[in-house]
Amino acid sequence: MKKFSQLIKTLDGTNKTNVKVAALAEYFTNAPDQDKVWTIAILSHRRPPRPVNTTLLREWASELAHIPLWLFEESYHIVGDLAETIALVVPSDESSTDKSLSAFLQEMIWLKAQSDEDKKAYLYRNWKQLDYYGRFVFTKLITGGFRIGVSQKLMTRALAKATGIDEDILAYKLMGNWDPNTIDFQDLILEEKKSDYLSKPYPFYLAYALENEPESLGDVTEWSFEHKWDGIRAQIIVRNNELFTWSRGEELVTDKYPEFEVFIGRLPNGTVIDGEILPYPNKEIGTFNDLQTRIGRKNVSKALLKKTPVILKAYDLLEWQGEDIRTRPYSKRRNLLEKMVAGQDGIPLFLSEKMEFTSWQEVAEERELSREKRSEGLMFKRKDSPYLVGRKKGDWWKWKVDPLTIDAVLTYAMRGHGRRSNLFTDYTFALWNENEEGEKELVTFAKAYSGLTDAEFRKVDAWIKKNTLERFGPVRSVTPHHVFEIAFEGIAESKRHKSGVATRFPRILRWRKDKKIHEANSLEDLKALIPHTVETE
Amino acid sequence: MPMKKPLLEFTEKGIYCHAAKVYLDPWKPVDKAIITHGHADHSRWGHKQYITHPTNVPIIKHRLGDIEVAGKEWGETFTVNGVKFTLYPAGHIIGSSQVRVEHKGEIWVFTGDYKLENDGVATPYESIKCHTFITECTFGLPAFLWRPQKEVFKDINEWWAQNKSNGQTSVLFGYSLGKAQRLLKHLDPNIGKIYTHGAIENMTDVLRPMIDFPATERITRDTKKEDIKGHMVIAPPSAHGSTWIRRMVPFVTASASGWMAFRGARRRRAIDKGFVLSDHCDWPSLLEAIKEIGAEKVICTHGYTDIFSRYLRDLGYDARTEATQFEGENAELNVETEISESV
Ligand SMILES: [Zn+2]
Ligand SMILES: [Zn+2]
Repeated sequence: MKKFSQLIKTLDGTNKTNVKVAALAEYFTNAPDQDKVWTIAILSHRRPPRPVNTTLLREWASELAHIPLWLFEESYHIVGDLAETIALVVPSDESSTDKSLSAFLQEMIWLKAQSDEDKKAYLYRNWKQLDYYGRFVFTKLITGGFRIGVSQKLMTRALAKATGIDEDILAYKLMGNWDPNTIDFQDLILEEKKSDYLSKPYPFYLAYALENEPESLGDVTEWSFEHKWDGIRAQIIVRNNELFTWSRGEELVTDKYPEFEVFIGRLPNGTVIDGEILPYPNKEIGTFNDLQTRIGRKNVSKALLKKTPVILKAYDLLEWQGEDIRTRPYSKRRNLLEKMVAGQDGIPLFLSEKMEFTSWQEVAEERELSREKRSEGLMFKRKDSPYLVGRKKGDWWKWKVDPLTIDAVLTYAMRGHGRRSNLFTDYTFALWNENEEGEKELVTFAKAYSGLTDAEFRKVDAWIKKNTLERFGPVRSVTPHHVFEIAFEGIAESKRHKSGVATRFPRILRWRKDKKIHEANSLEDLKALIPHTVETE
Repeated sequence: MPMKKPLLEFTEKGIYCHAAKVYLDPWKPVDKAIITHGHADHSRWGHKQYITHPTNVPIIKHRLGDIEVAGKEWGETFTVNGVKFTLYPAGHIIGSSQVRVEHKGEIWVFTGDYKLENDGVATPYESIKCHTFITECTFGLPAFLWRPQKEVFKDINEWWAQNKSNGQTSVLFGYSLGKAQRLLKHLDPNIGKIYTHGAIENMTDVLRPMIDFPATERITRDTKKEDIKGHMVIAPPSAHGSTWIRRMVPFVTASASGWMAFRGARRRRAIDKGFVLSDHCDWPSLLEAIKEIGAEKVICTHGYTDIFSRYLRDLGYDARTEATQFEGENAELNVETEISESV
């Protein structure tokens, strides 16, 4: 497993994509074939089921480290990662000899069925023998979830580099259900199959954010406009009576959105549509919160499908009657798309409404309606533009709405993780509200832990340490004193939140040293920002 | 009968001996201050009179300018208003001292910052018997366990040699008082030349009369890029990401600190390599020090104080936490900013 540990260490230690790809490609060239298969499985979330639950892992690790469980838990809280905490606190004699990654994973499959006593003995033996990083990786294999910034896309790129096989073909080969314990590298990756080419998507064309006043784009009638929907950008492919759904990360997500299967038979073979996957509960566009329940789920339950179905809002047509039409002007492609979607009743396929304006002023007014329509702003597309590859300036622009902001009072603080673990950098913010007795009180509405400079964090931290009211484990309540401007992208009503409001991507915009706490906003001010849902269909 | 005041109290201004009217490492200006060592969170501006180990005199003067300061040797007892004070080495950085306070048969020891391992630069820590032990616990968590420095320096020198063979300059970050000299002392000058940032060169110049260090060369405006290539540069952490560092291209960076024990620390700071090397006690050292001293009472100052004192109580010690304004390795990082900006 040394090669695999070294790989994880390299991936974990860098933010540079090219370093990650090079390390993976090197690994996929030199590691034993079956270890490659397991590595692909692990990096594409196909690990074997967890053989030991984390409660037992914590108990046993604290026992082996000769520390009480509460102390282990405190350490875990500060370190922020269970496997890392275990690797740090348990003693080791580093006597291990190298065993392959696949051997370890087979042991873990075996381990699941063993008694607790045998599980404990197995863990003790391995924790003791492995060195620090080996212990970390070994424990991660048990707990699952390497967060090392390797998307399936990035892994596929490295695999393509190592094998010389086209990236999109590899992405297709890796989709669906395959078992790393029974398939070999030859069968999974190397063998050429005819069906591989059917799924191939086109590279997405991405818009730049508008840099100047829209007027600078010239004649408004040369442009088409659409709302910029806040979902998952996707391509839908129907070829040879098969459906493929690709997300913008160029990951194949066909299995995650089974509602699109009905497109087979309804859309002609040789069709590729560029669009946005959107949540559609109660037959209206939902919030990104709704979509979150679908993202990341491999197996979608019937109940979830019913509660949060998705639709595709179609933007553009890239392939028509088996022909690549990306070089035709946008207006022509749009016409073909509109004809194709027209009359398609009863399937989750809708057009993203195309708009035309006679003045830039009208464009600006439409943008103001974005939040109500559950969009992030507007898209501008030049009528005669081809569909380009990647992010290109000139023909497509996005004009997002400004973030929402509100002034809130700092009420609670928690230590950060890792290097920031001795600084209080995770904050809770509150807004004024009138309670039943008519008294004003502060009600929690959001947590935020980014947006200040290191120097500001240090200042706030020092202040918190001197102005703590109460301690609740890692959390401290502080004297209400400081006001911060909080920005967020979206807002929706929520029963799960005490305030009755959920905000999306809250972050600190700035420290309002000029404001006293009574000048902070109220919950009512916040609720006034919730858009009234309007019928969009 | 009025309640007897404790020998040392924790006040607004710092740790205070009422009987002697003396403060230990105070954080607000006072008349008389005993100073454990030269880091900025322990030796601050504005006191009328400073008392410290003679080694620290030039260090503190270098940092704070012309102040009134008296030197006291380790083991040399001096009396203030009937209270006996003695300094003993703390092993944290050069000159760092513990303060032993004795009055009417009662003995307290304040550690300042300390570590048990002999680092070859600081005079090694001595265990001093006392009734009440005031200890730092910057790294008072079982997650912190240091490897012997010999192993760490082997890694550092290998890293340097590897970078050199790749045609890259090694930039190693360490705070300019303490860590920089510890690094300097153990780098292998056979691999290449050692260059320094001005803040580090200035502080090292202050210490050269007392300790033998390998030769260094200050980086100035006239230093040529081609001359530095493949060699070692020791720089304060604040130099990271500055325009100053651009003249080292192509370079790789590393940081030497106790925080590097955390996996995310290096990546968050966008540093290529992390070496776990600290001038504070790790978890086993803290426990070992307390066990050896045999104090009845333990007071924890900076670091993971709540957690560490709770664990000591589990073990049967009479332990508690007192809030101070000492800040451990972070403060030492902040000092860097001050120093490098003033140079
Ligand atoms: Zn210090
Ligand atoms: Zn300190």
